[in-house]
Amino acid sequence: MKFLTEYRDPDLAQRYLNEIQKTVTRPWTIMEVCGGQTHSLVKNGILNMLPKEINMVHGPGCPVCVTPLNLIDKAVYLAEEKSVILCSYGDMLRVPGSEKSLLEAKANGADIRILYSPLEAVKIAEQQPDKQVVFFAVGFETTAPANALSVVHAHRLGLDNYSILASHVLVPPAIEALVSDEECVVEGFLAAGHVCTIMGMKEYYPLVENFKVPIVITGFEPVDILQGILMTVQQLERGEAKLENQYARMVRENGNPKAMDTIYEVFEVTDRMWRGMDVIPQSGYQVKNEYKTFDAKKKFAVDIPEAPENKECIAGSIMKGLKKPYECVHFGKKCKPENPLGAPMVSSEGACAAYYHFSDMLNNLETPVV
Amino acid sequence: MCLAIPGKIKSIGLKFDGLVRMAKVSFGGIIKEASLEMVPQAKVDDYVLVHVGVAISIVDEEEAKKTFQYLEEMGEVEDELNISEFLPDKEEYKN
Ligand code: SF4
Repeated sequence: MKFLTEYRDPDLAQRYLNEIQKTVTRPWTIMEVCGGQTHSLVKNGILNMLPKEINMVHGPGCPVCVTPLNLIDKAVYLAEEKSVILCSYGDMLRVPGSEKSLLEAKANGADIRILYSPLEAVKIAEQQPDKQVVFFAVGFETTAPANALSVVHAHRLGLDNYSILASHVLVPPAIEALVSDEECVVEGFLAAGHVCTIMGMKEYYPLVENFKVPIVITGFEPVDILQGILMTVQQLERGEAKLENQYARMVRENGNPKAMDTIYEVFEVTDRMWRGMDVIPQSGYQVKNEYKTFDAKKKFAVDIPEAPENKECIAGSIMKGLKKPYECVHFGKKCKPENPLGAPMVSSEGACAAYYHFSDMLNNLETPVV
Repeated sequence: MCLAIPGKIKSIGLKFDGLVRMAKVSFGGIIKEASLEMVPQAKVDDYVLVHVGVAISIVDEEEAKKTFQYLEEMGEVEDELNISEFLPDKEEYKN
């Protein structure tokens, strides 16, 4: 497939690896922010092939993993108690809530549907005017335009039975929170290419300037990631801290203005709780008051108390780059994809799931998966 | 979930009383529908990046070549390497 398979070429990947090896002179810790990149790194065996000086740590860029427990409880409640048709991206279904996951609610008979696109949820609402349809709108900046667009479509169609349960998080404030933390070990970042496709590059300049940390906007295929790592290492070795764009075939300086307009039509920026981490100021989107009839939180006034997090899960430390999945005592034992203790074990972008599913790609697992 | 894949626009149609442009996009032969509302300038035969049913970017084919030329430009690549081997669908770049 054009613009995809070429970036998986093993020979080209090897050349990038050689170049990284030639460039690196001392240890560096680099974080790939996005969980999609984490999976690409592990699945393609890149972690094993990188020079030992390069320590890749895995960031909080998994929207499913950072969706607060309370929101999952609310989604379960809406599906079970309010008899709505609860639509969701597939990743969200296995994530444990405080009592149960959406998958368990579905097994108990709740009408929960896995969709590829929020626009399909609008279609369901159109076809079933007697039912309330709620879309669990999880995501980063990449997904925000589609989720916002679903509200615009529903509004245009005059639907009064469609709403979204929004759980939107933003990447640059999370990078800022990470580098401001005194425990931070990260010396350079691969920024998530698809996020920048929408938002462009401008929010990253203050980060490289204020925190003197190189950031390279990077794609998702093996060759992209290796090039991103090479560009980061070159900067680190030269003592530079610049913003660079490896993924220019998709990312423009100003992002996609049309997509940003759609986001700001429906959403506004708000403080946000990141599951496993903390509240990060101005790091999420909420539905604007003008669209409150499409905001499931307001429409159904679900008031569910905050439940305590499972203390056994160290997802927070993993997403801050302080720990690796195999350093969790429950990894592969008490916590497995069939029976997860935390979201990173089930999300297709979670670091624990990546290490679990592709453990045969990792020959340096300190605690081998049993 | 942030998975977004490039595909080629095969045809474009109008929905919502002509308000919304929808495309049939081919991903290596598999055809899916995608909204073109975020890429108003997209046309048939363009490659677009599609995420959860919405095209979010048009692939810049000139920029796409650079990943294949980067090492060469650094002057670090041995002469025997034929970089053009890595270029995507070479013949499509000629016109
Ligand atoms: S292995 Fe399971 S319990 Fe441990 S950090 Fe990962 S998700 Fe949490």
